[in-house]
Amino acid sequence: MSILIDKQTPVIVQGITGKMARFHTTEMIAYGTNVVGGVVPGKGGQTVEGVPVFDTVEDAVKATGAEASLVFVPPPFAGDSIMEAADAGIRYSVCITDGIPAQDMIRVKRYMYRYPKERRMVLTGPNCAGTISPGKAFLGIMPGHIYLPGHVGIIGRSGTLGYEAAAQLKEHGIGVSTSVGIGGDPINGSSFKDILQRFEEDDDTHVICMIGEIGGPQEAEAAAYIRDHISKPVIAYAAGLTAPKGRTMGHAGAIISAFGESASEKVEILSAAGVTVAPNPAVIGDTIASVLKREAA
Amino acid sequence: MDIHEYQAKEVLANFGVKSPPGALAYSPEQAAYRSREIGGDRWVVKAQVHAGGRGKAGGVKVCNSDAEIQETCEELFGRKLVTHQTGPQGKGIYRVYIEGAVPIEREFYLGFVLDRTSQRVMIVASAEGGMEIEDISDKRPDSIVRATVEPAVGLQDFQCRQIAFKLGIDPALMAQMVYTLQGCYRAFREHDATMVEINPLVVTGDQRVLALDAKMTFDDNALFRHPQISELRDKSQEDARESRASDRGLSYVGLEGNIGCIVNGAGLAMATMDTIKLAGGEPANFLDIGGGATPERVAKAFRLVMSDNNVQAVLVNIFAGINRCDWVAEGVVQALKEVQVDVPVVVRLAGTNVEEGQKILAQSGLPVIRAGTLMEAAERVVSAWQKDQSDNSKVSAAQ
Repeated sequence: MSILIDKQTPVIVQGITGKMARFHTTEMIAYGTNVVGGVVPGKGGQTVEGVPVFDTVEDAVKATGAEASLVFVPPPFAGDSIMEAADAGIRYSVCITDGIPAQDMIRVKRYMYRYPKERRMVLTGPNCAGTISPGKAFLGIMPGHIYLPGHVGIIGRSGTLGYEAAAQLKEHGIGVSTSVGIGGDPINGSSFKDILQRFEEDDDTHVICMIGEIGGPQEAEAAAYIRDHISKPVIAYAAGLTAPKGRTMGHAGAIISAFGESASEKVEILSAAGVTVAPNPAVIGDTIASVLKREAA
Repeated sequence: MDIHEYQAKEVLANFGVKSPPGALAYSPEQAAYRSREIGGDRWVVKAQVHAGGRGKAGGVKVCNSDAEIQETCEELFGRKLVTHQTGPQGKGIYRVYIEGAVPIEREFYLGFVLDRTSQRVMIVASAEGGMEIEDISDKRPDSIVRATVEPAVGLQDFQCRQIAFKLGIDPALMAQMVYTLQGCYRAFREHDATMVEINPLVVTGDQRVLALDAKMTFDDNALFRHPQISELRDKSQEDARESRASDRGLSYVGLEGNIGCIVNGAGLAMATMDTIKLAGGEPANFLDIGGGATPERVAKAFRLVMSDNNVQAVLVNIFAGINRCDWVAEGVVQALKEVQVDVPVVVRLAGTNVEEGQKILAQSGLPVIRAGTLMEAAERVVSAWQKDQSDNSKVSAAQ
């Protein structure tokens, strides 16, 4: 088991004809992801990287039975593409695009809620590295080989910091059930809390690692949720202890603008909720290893 | 992107939000002339800088004659205004806004923000106008009124009335209040703002609702569809290095320390800064060169980091996922040959083909200090910096 995607999940790539999208499509197929097609308006009928291209997501779903989509569409059109996926009955979408206007994302989220819960699409991202269930499949831009299959569920905002954590785990010989990037934007598809819930229900996930950063309320929301609803051990790290207030640190959402949004406040809130906090990013792997050892004992 | 008060008032005026009569001046003479154009016998002279707290810092003054205006402006122009939001270096005053003074009966706080909890536009208002919102929420949290806007249908009049009644506004002013709130919301939505703040919004002695101050911030990611807003950018209010970096597609934030950082990815960049601090150093900057680390980008990054005179050591931390380490290493070698770097450089590579990358760095003959882990990298850059500093002081002592 894993969450959100596995080896069978039929995947389409929206914006597949772009240079980056083609490159990552090849990587995904090589890893074993079941890529069944792509969507680019006006390019229906072509074949890219061995898979058929469709004009609309609706056409792609009808022809291929696609259940998941990866959005690789430029920022001005990305919101529209996510809504198209939601309307076509895609179950899970990952949006990689960095730079989508925040108000577009507000509309996207509102749009997704017009569907009843049982057919409402799950979105992760935008501005994320994607989701990987190691040894099975990935939807995104991550280097698959740094992840071992295993039982740690990872949720993170940042791409490369998530790689850092996965690489540290690999050094310890510890594997990952699924790693989910929720992205660095202020308005995102899924929060830490949404993914924590899925990991709690997943038998294959034994411990959960949460990699947060400055800005926004989602780490604090997650802390309250962990305290009340998560029985599995949670390890967390919050980046940006040295970040000044009121400045955007790369990610559009990484800005301290209210109480509780600094890294030190997040660490405090998470610790109070019973989460084991890694004191620095160099020991995320060590911290998880010691929690696993304690659990095994 | 931030804009000036006078620009925000212009933008809001297009949506029916009223302010006192005012005009912009680029010189003391022009300011005095503007006051005569505006008319009346009392004016407020306001330094136009991209920061709050101008009043307390001496950037806002009431004047009773055009001679006084000229005198005040002579003091303001060219000066750096230091407020609690500008940092110690302050922000230059190159424009001044002259506004006719109005008799104030009541003051309110009114703000529109992107609320990350509800993931909607939120209105925040309080009858404690003139105070900053942080202070209001500290001292008078009960006075704060909040409402969120349903994105599909927009702000409704009843919500505006609810807010106005909660603020205790005279029912006779209700139509003006609703119009003002709706105007702010439309300006926010149509220009992709991330913040509209009117502090204070006032009721005047003659029962008019006016924006006495106005602040707007726009979503950088949406500027592509608002060329008229992009034109309002004032580079004199930005940190020179930061605007140069953003022009080159790099994400840079200058800090107070002396260890320069070059990292790929925002989260890893913050984590690297944190580790430097833990190792006993102070980061000089945040710099995310993006997921890919091409030789051109690494060279650009070195130039940018070295343009900060405080930088006394550099840490390069690249997690090569899709890009291979050998390729990144070649980029670093090429950049170090192109850019004059006379401080210790520590390079930490991780990810794909790390051994080949290390080999390229070792064989380059460049005095690059290599590190394996993140912690090792931070410790090495701090100790290299300390050693370099003590060597330099020995040299200067010998001289």
